[in-house]
Amino acid sequence: MSHSKILLLTLGLFAMAACTAPTVPDPEMTEAAGSAESGADTSAYGSGGAGGTELAAEDSYAGELATTIYFDFDSSEVRADDIDIIARHAVQISDDMRISVRLEGHADERGSREYNIGLGERRAQAVRRLLLLQGVAAGQISTVSFGEERPAAFGSGESAYSQNRRVEINYTN
Amino acid sequence: MLKRAALFLFCLTLSHAAIAEVNLIVIGGELKRTPVAVVPFGWEGQAAQAPLDIAKVISADLYRSGRFAPQAERDMLQKPTTGAEIDFGDWTILGVEALVVGKVIQVDANVYKVQFRLFDPIRQEQIYGYEFNASRGTMRRVAHRAADRIFEELTGIKGVFATKVAFVSAQGQGDNSLYRLVVADYDGENEAIVMESRDPIMSPAWSPDSRRLAYVSFEGNKSAIYVQQLRTGNRIKASSEPGINGAPSFSPDGRKLVITLGGVDGNLDIYILDLATKRKKRLTTHRAIDTEGSWSPDGRYIYFTSDRAGGPQIYRISTNGGTPERITFEGSYNARPRLSPDGKKLAVLTLDRGNYRIGVVDLRNKQLFVLSTGQQDESPSFAPNSEILIYATRQSGNGVLETVSADGLIYQRLEAGDGDVREPVWSPFER
Repeated sequence: MSHSKILLLTLGLFAMAACTAPTVPDPEMTEAAGSAESGADTSAYGSGGAGGTELAAEDSYAGELATTIYFDFDSSEVRADDIDIIARHAVQISDDMRISVRLEGHADERGSREYNIGLGERRAQAVRRLLLLQGVAAGQISTVSFGEERPAAFGSGESAYSQNRRVEINYTN
Repeated sequence: MLKRAALFLFCLTLSHAAIAEVNLIVIGGELKRTPVAVVPFGWEGQAAQAPLDIAKVISADLYRSGRFAPQAERDMLQKPTTGAEIDFGDWTILGVEALVVGKVIQVDANVYKVQFRLFDPIRQEQIYGYEFNASRGTMRRVAHRAADRIFEELTGIKGVFATKVAFVSAQGQGDNSLYRLVVADYDGENEAIVMESRDPIMSPAWSPDSRRLAYVSFEGNKSAIYVQQLRTGNRIKASSEPGINGAPSFSPDGRKLVITLGGVDGNLDIYILDLATKRKKRLTTHRAIDTEGSWSPDGRYIYFTSDRAGGPQIYRISTNGGTPERITFEGSYNARPRLSPDGKKLAVLTLDRGNYRIGVVDLRNKQLFVLSTGQQDESPSFAPNSEILIYATRQSGNGVLETVSADGLIYQRLEAGDGDVREPVWSPFER
């Protein structure tokens, strides 16, 4: 598949995702996760405006695109809002074959450490599959799971746990 | 470096003040302790006193076992150093049921003999006697070995006082994180840093000869399994496949590791890695998470965690492959299996009414017995005598280490490491 074809396909998916993305925050989302994502959304829609200008806006808000995807307890399912964010990453990544990303999966601290490595990897793979579906070349993506070893928030309790169940999309060049 | 802890006794009487400096704190126990006495050792040498108070180390070991109540030195009516000097009446009147006397003799600049004898004051006879050679550097170890022999004579159970514990400690957050792989004596003394990194270190595993440690390190934001010689510090990269390299555990002959690989598509499965040939054999293929493989002591099975039925449960598979057999059925979450060295029991991390706790499965009847009482306990590991387990628990947000006897009667806390201490693994017996 040629590069331009991938780009077209990605753009199509992206447009679809943008149209169907819910504007109401997911009730299950936590405060921290919600604010991070709504911030990204605001800048996206604000700079983008109506459907046809979204490609032009892409570069200008690239730096503000959320790079952390949060997950529910015991789940590796990407939330509806985040499918949109991942789609925008897919556009950026597939747009430039020199880009590579490392998807870092994480789990909260409960349970066994090595099993949590598995849970973190499942989340990283869920994001990877979406990127692949949207045309990103497999060679541009690597995954690593840190399980519970690198928490974003310290402490016990759901507020910390919900910030730790995540995938960080790390642009490595 | 080490925290010197005061003694806290919740369930026991305060009659053991003789042991002032210990890193193991007794936090619970129901067993009645047998009164014993370890008389300060005699000293024949150049300096004013012996290089080490051997009696104090032995007393502390016996006390920490949870089974003995060593007599305080100040209550002793006499301090014999040989059998001939013992007045047994002075000991039976104190209710002492076993008496240890001994001496340290210097024979050269750094050559010593450590002699000790164990007596039954009631029957007025020697039960056991032994003489060790020692240097200043090996004297603490010799004292632990003496305690091992005394313990075994009195209980019939092999002592673990001369064994070691490896664990991981984590300090700082974010870019200031510092992870350490540490080895210490079983009592928390003689801590040595095996490996230090800004990136996470996890899953340490002892080789059967206790000379090597396998572990997972995330140096460069990739997981890899290393095997490191403790004496030289030299290490080899045993596995650095794309994706997950995790959960190493040695085969009983020390030549292979059971490991978890995830591959590019992140399907965690169990593999056996031959350390000499680097050849890998895949044991499981299920698309669920299969991880935390642990070799059975007879070498025939790999016990592992799998969520193929939904939540994580323990399964075992022949090292020749085949269909895995489910081992745990009680509860919704059982993970991190570790066999007792006698092959009779299986330690697991189990979800017990909302709390992650240490459980032991009796492999004869598959019954699960919850041993620990914390909210987030983890990483159980058996002592080489199969009688004690060490695990990590949480105290004010930090990981600390505890031990529990396999019958659940004696709990102790091990004050070791700085920061968040986790993943303790007990060494095998020294060969």
